[in-house]
Amino acid sequence: MKISIGKGSCGLAAGAGKISDYFSKRARAENMDLEIGVTGCIGMCYLEPIVTLTDDCPGNLLGDRPDNRPDKIYVKVDQAAADEILLLCQGRENNAGQYELQEEDRAVLNRQTRVALRNCGLVDPENIEDYITRGGYEALRKCLREMTSAQIIEEIKVSGLAGRGGAGFPTWFKWRALRDAKGETKYMICNADEGDPGAFMDRSVIESDPHTVIEGMLIGARATGASQGIVYVRAEYPLAIKRLENAIQQARDRGFLQERVLDTDFSFDIRVKVGAGAFVCGEETALIASLEGERGMPRLKPPFPAQKGFFQRPSNINNVETYANVPWILSRGGQAFAAMGTEHSKGTKVFALTGKIQKGGLVEIPMGSSIRDVIEGVGGGVKEGRALKAVQLGGPSGGCLPAELLETIIDYQTLAATGAIMGSGGMVVMDSATCMVDMARFFLDFTCKESCGKCVQCRVGTKRMLEILERITKGEGRPGDIERLEVLGQHIKEGSLCGLGQTAPNPVLTTIRYFRHEYEEHIERKKCAAKRCKALLSYRIDGEKCTGCTLCSKRCPAKAISGEAKKPHRVDGTLCVKCGKCAESCRFSAVVVE
Amino acid sequence: MWDNPQEKYPELQPILHQHKDEQGSLITILQKAQALYGYLPLSLLEHIARATGVKPAKVYGVASFYAQFRLTPIGKYLILLCEGTACHVNGAKAIEGALMEELGVPAGGTTTDGLFTLNSVACLGCCSLSPVMMINGETYGGLTPEKARKIIRALREAAA
Repeated sequence: MKISIGKGSCGLAAGAGKISDYFSKRARAENMDLEIGVTGCIGMCYLEPIVTLTDDCPGNLLGDRPDNRPDKIYVKVDQAAADEILLLCQGRENNAGQYELQEEDRAVLNRQTRVALRNCGLVDPENIEDYITRGGYEALRKCLREMTSAQIIEEIKVSGLAGRGGAGFPTWFKWRALRDAKGETKYMICNADEGDPGAFMDRSVIESDPHTVIEGMLIGARATGASQGIVYVRAEYPLAIKRLENAIQQARDRGFLQERVLDTDFSFDIRVKVGAGAFVCGEETALIASLEGERGMPRLKPPFPAQKGFFQRPSNINNVETYANVPWILSRGGQAFAAMGTEHSKGTKVFALTGKIQKGGLVEIPMGSSIRDVIEGVGGGVKEGRALKAVQLGGPSGGCLPAELLETIIDYQTLAATGAIMGSGGMVVMDSATCMVDMARFFLDFTCKESCGKCVQCRVGTKRMLEILERITKGEGRPGDIERLEVLGQHIKEGSLCGLGQTAPNPVLTTIRYFRHEYEEHIERKKCAAKRCKALLSYRIDGEKCTGCTLCSKRCPAKAISGEAKKPHRVDGTLCVKCGKCAESCRFSAVVVE
Repeated sequence: MWDNPQEKYPELQPILHQHKDEQGSLITILQKAQALYGYLPLSLLEHIARATGVKPAKVYGVASFYAQFRLTPIGKYLILLCEGTACHVNGAKAIEGALMEELGVPAGGTTTDGLFTLNSVACLGCCSLSPVMMINGETYGGLTPEKARKIIRALREAAA
């Protein structure tokens, strides 16, 4: 018997480490013949910790291995569940069934089309053999033995694969530019500096299936003549760094990363460079500056990295998810990939579905699906059955789309036309309790802090926009503020060198476009319907509900609440500092916030 | 300030030696130095500048550019409060308020007893558990202001 425990960052955060230790301890104590394996993240973060009971073959959760029955999946596994699973493993009477994945949750998996995530949650990320058993490194063999560099690039061109980091630039074009560039040493660089708050697919792919990224880079290197690989990973992802370094060593030991790979004339090696925390380093020229040990500030293009990249040498930079698609495309053919999607956007895209969503996690669906397909079809809709107000796409570079636009299809051009962007794939669901002005302020606060300071429009402009948004949320908005934001936003877009500045105003401009009335309400009526902007709220106590327990008056730091014990209390609006402690502490829901 | 740096940071010598011929290794050296000493005091930055031949202004420029580098010491417990989008939507601001009040320090501050440092981070990637904070590598999810206060009190008692 073998069980596998999902140990991605999200699984570990939900307690997978402790559960794993508990299984080991019990199995040892009872002398059981139980193998305890590790997998990464299957993408159903809302059900972690997840334990799968498998045969000897690596993962068959999706039932995509005909030789093998689908694995049993147990979710939200705590000690009680672990006890039942152990009974089952011993062939004794048990109630493990109640912890099994429900049909409706299995549908979350079945409604997806997994290409980049094809092995995530199924293979042991710390064991190269698992990856090989599922067909890993076969695409590399094919490229080395049967294909020329031109044929590989042609296959990628046929597939229509475009950069998954956000910009959506055709991958084959970049590869061809690198192949045609002159230079002795060429670099294949992987951008794993996933900085968008709310996007975590790159981390999950590396944590769950690092070899697919290594194989993708190897194929790219073979196609372009690169001999050196570098993966630039965020320092905030310690587990991804550990698993990647381990995987690189295993690939070296198996002869995939070395001089003369698989006895051909092709040589390649990869090293990991840990980033130091700067959102702007997701921009490729800033990333190169950071790799060179400099402050991560973008440079003017041209020259493009393919001509003058890392230390002036020809370099190609692709995102993790882009590389993760490459082995699949080379095994199944570019046509198979291009068969999915729309006219201009091919294949699948991974989204990190978060916020007020029932079933949050990682979702991979074909391009051309609608946003509604993702949120309602896979994600089960808004939490607690509430109505969806908006969905934020593309993080700080993207925009907020209203519920009316849920039918918008996922396609680079279609999304760009709405003012949002595909971006790296963050999809944050918002309900009526989210204030759109506050969301715009939140993103501007982020980009303002992360602006590298090189371009005046971005450095000063984001600061001015943030100041205006802050005063609006504090009830100090002035007539003309909306127009000022629009003008500033336009200047920043036009006057910034890199993607960070060019897209920084998007969250503000899209919320103005679709939720202008909320801005007006904040500025003119000094009201926040979502009740998020504290300065605009007022507190009173409902005399009917108040029992006079005195808890709120004790908690109030401003001594604004008065009243005798066992009699309804009152809030003095002139003293109230709107900290919300009364509402937080009241057990009778008697504090009314307006 | 420039006297006897070699004696002052002997543990750093092997690291400086290891990277001495490697182009563009400044960030890696700073990361390893911070792992050794917990933070990067000015004298350490000057020492690195001297040893690597990189201008002190550039070393300081790099150290102050990236969020990971700390120029002041941190408390025994480093609280990383997630301010990612999902956490924000699910009420991270209220958690921050509760933590600041409980600790009596602003965001980025360290308590006078040297026990806690409160920092915010862009995203911890545990969005389904939001709002989330991480204290010395341990993740605490599904926070409410009250729950966050209790966690701090428990740590404070454990340290007393």
